[in-house]
Amino acid sequence: MFAVPGLGACTGPQSMLDPAGPAARDVAGLWWGMFVVAVVVLLGVTATWLVGMGRRPPTLDDAREKRVVRRWIVLGGVLLPSTCIAVLLAFGIAAGHRMLPLPLAGEAPLRVDVLARQWRWEVRYGGGAALINELRLPAGRPVDVHVRSLDVIHAFWVPRLGGKIDAIPGRTNVVRLQADEAGEYRGQCAEFCGTRHALMVLHVTAMEAGAFAGWLEAASR
Amino acid sequence: MTRPHTPEADRVHADFDAVWGTPPGWRTLTVVNHTTIGLRFMLTGLAFFLVGGLFAMLVRVQLALPGLDVLTPELYNQAFTMHGTVMMFLFAVPVMEGLAVYLLPKMLGARDLVYPRLSAFGYWCYLFGGLILLSSVVLGVAPDTGWFMYTPLSSVPHSPGPNPDFWLIGITFAEISAVSAGVELVVAVLRTRAPGMSLDRMPLYAWYILVMAMMIVVGFPPLILGSILLELERAADFAFFDVTRGGDPVLWQHLFWLFGHPEVYIIFLPAAGIVSTLLPVFAQRPLVAYTPVVLAVLATGFISFALWVHHMFTVGIPQLAQAFFSAASMLVAVPTGVQVFAWLATLWLGRPLWKVPMLWLAGFLFVFVAGGLTGVMLALVPFNWQVHDTQFVVAHLHYVLVGGMFFPLVAGVYYWLPHFSGRMPSARLGRYGFWLVFVGFNLTFLVMHWTGLLGMPRRVYTYEEGLGWDLPNLVSSVGSFVMAIGVATVLVDIALHFRFGRRATPNPWHADTLEWATSLPPGAYNFASLPEIDSRHPLWERDGLADEIAHGKHGLPGIAHGRRETWGVEPLSGRVREIVHLPGNTLLPLVVAVLLAAVCIGLLAKAYLPAAAFALAATVGMLRWSWENGAHPRAAPDATTPPDHPPLHSRTCDGPGLWGMNLTLLADGALYLSLLFSWFYLWTVAPAWQLPAGGAARGGGLLLASAVLLTVASITLRRLVLRLRQGIGAGTAGGLAAVTAAGVASAGLLVFALRDPRLAPTATAHDALVVFILGYNLFHCALAALATALQVARVRAGYVGAGMPYEPLVVARLWYYAAAVAWSSYAALGLFPTAWRAT
Repeated sequence: MFAVPGLGACTGPQSMLDPAGPAARDVAGLWWGMFVVAVVVLLGVTATWLVGMGRRPPTLDDAREKRVVRRWIVLGGVLLPSTCIAVLLAFGIAAGHRMLPLPLAGEAPLRVDVLARQWRWEVRYGGGAALINELRLPAGRPVDVHVRSLDVIHAFWVPRLGGKIDAIPGRTNVVRLQADEAGEYRGQCAEFCGTRHALMVLHVTAMEAGAFAGWLEAASR
Repeated sequence: MTRPHTPEADRVHADFDAVWGTPPGWRTLTVVNHTTIGLRFMLTGLAFFLVGGLFAMLVRVQLALPGLDVLTPELYNQAFTMHGTVMMFLFAVPVMEGLAVYLLPKMLGARDLVYPRLSAFGYWCYLFGGLILLSSVVLGVAPDTGWFMYTPLSSVPHSPGPNPDFWLIGITFAEISAVSAGVELVVAVLRTRAPGMSLDRMPLYAWYILVMAMMIVVGFPPLILGSILLELERAADFAFFDVTRGGDPVLWQHLFWLFGHPEVYIIFLPAAGIVSTLLPVFAQRPLVAYTPVVLAVLATGFISFALWVHHMFTVGIPQLAQAFFSAASMLVAVPTGVQVFAWLATLWLGRPLWKVPMLWLAGFLFVFVAGGLTGVMLALVPFNWQVHDTQFVVAHLHYVLVGGMFFPLVAGVYYWLPHFSGRMPSARLGRYGFWLVFVGFNLTFLVMHWTGLLGMPRRVYTYEEGLGWDLPNLVSSVGSFVMAIGVATVLVDIALHFRFGRRATPNPWHADTLEWATSLPPGAYNFASLPEIDSRHPLWERDGLADEIAHGKHGLPGIAHGRRETWGVEPLSGRVREIVHLPGNTLLPLVVAVLLAAVCIGLLAKAYLPAAAFALAATVGMLRWSWENGAHPRAAPDATTPPDHPPLHSRTCDGPGLWGMNLTLLADGALYLSLLFSWFYLWTVAPAWQLPAGGAARGGGLLLASAVLLTVASITLRRLVLRLRQGIGAGTAGGLAAVTAAGVASAGLLVFALRDPRLAPTATAHDALVVFILGYNLFHCALAALATALQVARVRAGYVGAGMPYEPLVVARLWYYAAAVAWSSYAALGLFPTAWRAT
């Protein structure tokens, strides 16, 4: 009971509002910005409606009424949404671009292959190491997860680290994740995939770089 | 009844009722009148709504606490799939259509819709399609792969049971009603308005319905095609979506969302039309910015076809496409914003009254704007990558659909209740109902945004403790019960009003539109005489109009000829052009719908021989139906018109039939374009596209021959029609017979093409599509030949001939279409692959 401080809590093993990597942090920032603007717009529109319901305005002559209407339509109907959209796209496209698995200047990202199937995750590393329903990552280093499916469509998603990507038969999709610090994270299949979809959980462990390298070497043998 | 009870008005009513009246007993099954059909649509929709709501309650019970097992995962998957399916296909769209079917002729000052038998047929298809779908629940094999049926989960290897078949066949059958209503509503708006009601004097509701109906005509066919392809893949193992055979599961997603996104606006626009109709009445002034609002509605219609990919941002499609669809999705906020601010400005400048319908409109504004705002968020690709397929999306779509459809619908039901019952709704119980629904709804779904942000995916039947989802889920479940109690309160309120409501006075809300000039409840003929219209607000500007109408003081007041008739007008100006005569009650629509239901059941049972027999019987039924058309005495018992009147539409060259054919072909063309899209999409995008090993089949050359034959036949038919228009009837039957023969020959060529042993539709998606495209051509050749053969018989029977070119003119369009399809299919199947290989 005491662990639940109320509906306002943002933390949780799968909470995108508790980001633990650059991609998830970008999106969480976008969310808070959009949230504030949306609340302001919603309250403003609702308040206007309620005030309008109570008004008993004098009848305006046609010319004045026309001016008033034009102002409402142009400012509220056209400019307000267009401005919001322009600002949103400016932030959003930049954030989206940063999330893409583009080539990096420094150290190449680690490649991990994830094969999704009903109802488990098979994780494979270049050296032959393999895990089931568990993903190990080096902390602080970008990881490109190459996602495929062996049967139906699934979606790979570790909310605290980044966005999701579909696992589709016949295709390989790539999503870039990065955990800032060592720790435990949780992922879950996001695309409905049949009876046990709800149980298709992925346990993610971010390890210190050295520990990860040691584990990978041992596991590859 | 609020009809004026003068002896004169009583006599007029009795005369009209003799021709238009609704028969009692079992013969109500024959009724084709739009008032009855519209009410049946809405009542049936209400029944399906209650069923869909029940599924929702099951879902909320299961999710109330972590780790519950009220439902097995299998049942849970059926419950959420059926909830979405029933609410979208059997409630939201049909009820909005039903309301439009009921209201539109009344608002436009017409006596009925243009194709009354088609309205009835659509209703029966909807009812039977819905019942077929629901029967799967009783049989324990309800669809369980989500309401968007993604392959390969819905393909045979992963869904071997009949569950998806019930969805594909039941829903496709029910969709006949959507498309037929779409065609009919467009023609009704454009061609059967009151004299003088030019487009810019039309009530806004008619604009909204016009756009909605056009969107149905163009938007439903991609899904119909997708459903046919998927059912073929499931039943006959054709390879359309199987990646190992050169198909692509993502093709299904494209076809589904090509339909699925316009669908959201197909549901929202008529509801917004309700808002734009009610709000000015209660604000006691006209809606401001009529023209910008009309433009905004049109823009919404167009933009909504460029958004579908925003449901697929996590599929891994090219970045540039994502940016385009992201911007387009947000752009739709502009026309929506224009409407919202037009409503706000109308309130601001008016003297609004807080009646019960206004309460629901206020609820609409809050909920819908909130849903629109989260919609803009979802259109932002990086944010979408996080919240896609989470409870956040579930919350968003309920805000948009419940806010954008259910709240205005209830407002509209309260507003038009006097129309249905002749009585006024209560003021108190209705308010309790509103507040319970409003609070319950927000409790359920506002919190659900948070659940999604905390990482809970959608469509999970259970969740573990300790993920932070326990409390928000419990709140949502409690809220859903509050909302259910609210809905029950509203229903009780409405039920009670039929008995205890105060009798309505004429035009009880002091509205401006013509539907309030009928008696309450209205007679089946709506108006005993049809008035000229010279403004947007006839009832605000002309006192006593309703009385004059009831006393037969306006147009087409006579009924001695025994015809059901209404004015046909020029689409733009609303000038009278002809008298549209309408068919009376008949059992044929029901008979054909029953036969088609038997076809569907046969397909579900995999009893293909009986299914084919029923399909044949249904075809015979439809031919019988179209026999009683045009100059047939059952279509117009008395074909004479007074000397100062325009002719009957069946004696002209541009009647509603031609418009209906054009729109039907538009729907058909949308399906065909989706088919070509699938062809080119798989060629270019399918991950493992394969060309057949045996080399090119003989389809291409035979398609070319077919195209040439169809073109010659089209030209011949066009000549025949021109001769008929000039009054030359000799040789018509022979000419039509020759055209028919060309169609049969062309069909024969295509049958030969399909019998090519090298075609292996179960081996490659390439061949599966070739077979489908050839089959599509074959179907149209056969259909055109059949329709023309019927014309031969009608010439012999004297229903078609010199001065009566109406029907061959309509049939000619079918030939032009078939020829165009044949040429483009030849280009796609014959020329394109050669060019592709050459590069």
